[in-house]
Amino acid sequence: MVARVQLPREAKSGEVIEIRIAIQHPMETGFRYDLAGKPIPRNVINSLACRYNGVEIFRAELGSGIAANPYLQFYTLAEASGEIEFSWVDDAGERGSERASIAVVS
Amino acid sequence: MTGDWFAHGFFCLALRVFLTGAHLRLCAVPSLLVFALTASAAESQRPVPSKSGIEFASADIRALQQDDFANPGMLWIVRGEKLWREAAGKESNSCASCHHDAQASMRGIATRYPLLDPGTARLINLEGRIMQCRERRQQAEPLRYESEELLALTAYVAHQSRGMPVNVTIDWQNRHNFEAGRALYYRRVGQLNLSCAQCHAENWGKQLGPETLSQGHGNAYPAYRLEWQTVGSLHRRFRSCLSGVRAEMLPYGAPQYVDLELYLAWRANGLTIETPGVRR
Repeated sequence: MVARVQLPREAKSGEVIEIRIAIQHPMETGFRYDLAGKPIPRNVINSLACRYNGVEIFRAELGSGIAANPYLQFYTLAEASGEIEFSWVDDAGERGSERASIAVVS
Repeated sequence: MTGDWFAHGFFCLALRVFLTGAHLRLCAVPSLLVFALTASAAESQRPVPSKSGIEFASADIRALQQDDFANPGMLWIVRGEKLWREAAGKESNSCASCHHDAQASMRGIATRYPLLDPGTARLINLEGRIMQCRERRQQAEPLRYESEELLALTAYVAHQSRGMPVNVTIDWQNRHNFEAGRALYYRRVGQLNLSCAQCHAENWGKQLGPETLSQGHGNAYPAYRLEWQTVGSLHRRFRSCLSGVRAEMLPYGAPQYVDLELYLAWRANGLTIETPGVRR
């Protein structure tokens, strides 16, 4: 599973910053059948959370309506320098995480 | 006044064409004549103007391709970069052990593919070259065609030529592959009895249902197709088209497909490489 996180490397204190994440995942809906006619079990990233220096700032619950390789984008306030860490889990129990750091100048 | 000059110009042009034709007909070397005729006939088979598939795509798809973060194909590039440095095989060599930094060593490589492999004297595409390198140089377990690993590596290598024009040359060595590819391009196949040319050479720009027919260039491949929800090779695209006209699909990596790839690359000469492209 490959993931990419994008956020500004540096921001002013109190500035609104854009955070983007893209994760490589098939987001198998559970509604499809394989060539032998057997149903393909559902496997989607069901929950994703983002922590900013350990504090949860964003959480999403995804379902089978989300396309493969989900892409999410949201905004937050730059408060302090540190780490922004994403973690997620899919229906098969596979966990993933990706982090990026930000420097906040006053 | 200007009209007269135009008429004069046309007359001169017509005269020149006539004289050239007369000269060619009198030419003492018939093979030269045949060559000249086939070359000009081939020139006329290139679409004018040449337009990449992205120009036929909707605004949102164009935006998706242009945004290097939102473009889902970039995930395969990241994966490919990791694989490039990953050791494999008996000697546990990675691609980077020999080729070092792909940004320098692989720049412009994809613009010349498919090309004739000097070792086997067979036409080989980028996927074929990577598979060959992996088996012979790395002595690692082969990569399956259309596997995630091969797609990621191919996309990563082709990505190093992004923005550079496709530039294949047809010479005596690869001419029979080129002719075979062209023959495939113009052959009617399947229950719908359609050739590639009927859509992509004769009717591009027109609507086929909701779809605008493109010129059918391969300069964005491996590309992310929304229909596939993943990155796929040009051969997968061929198979999609063949399945669309209800024709028998050849297996991935079939030599006929590589010949067709050469014809398409020649047809796309001058268009810039877009890997990873985004298509519907």
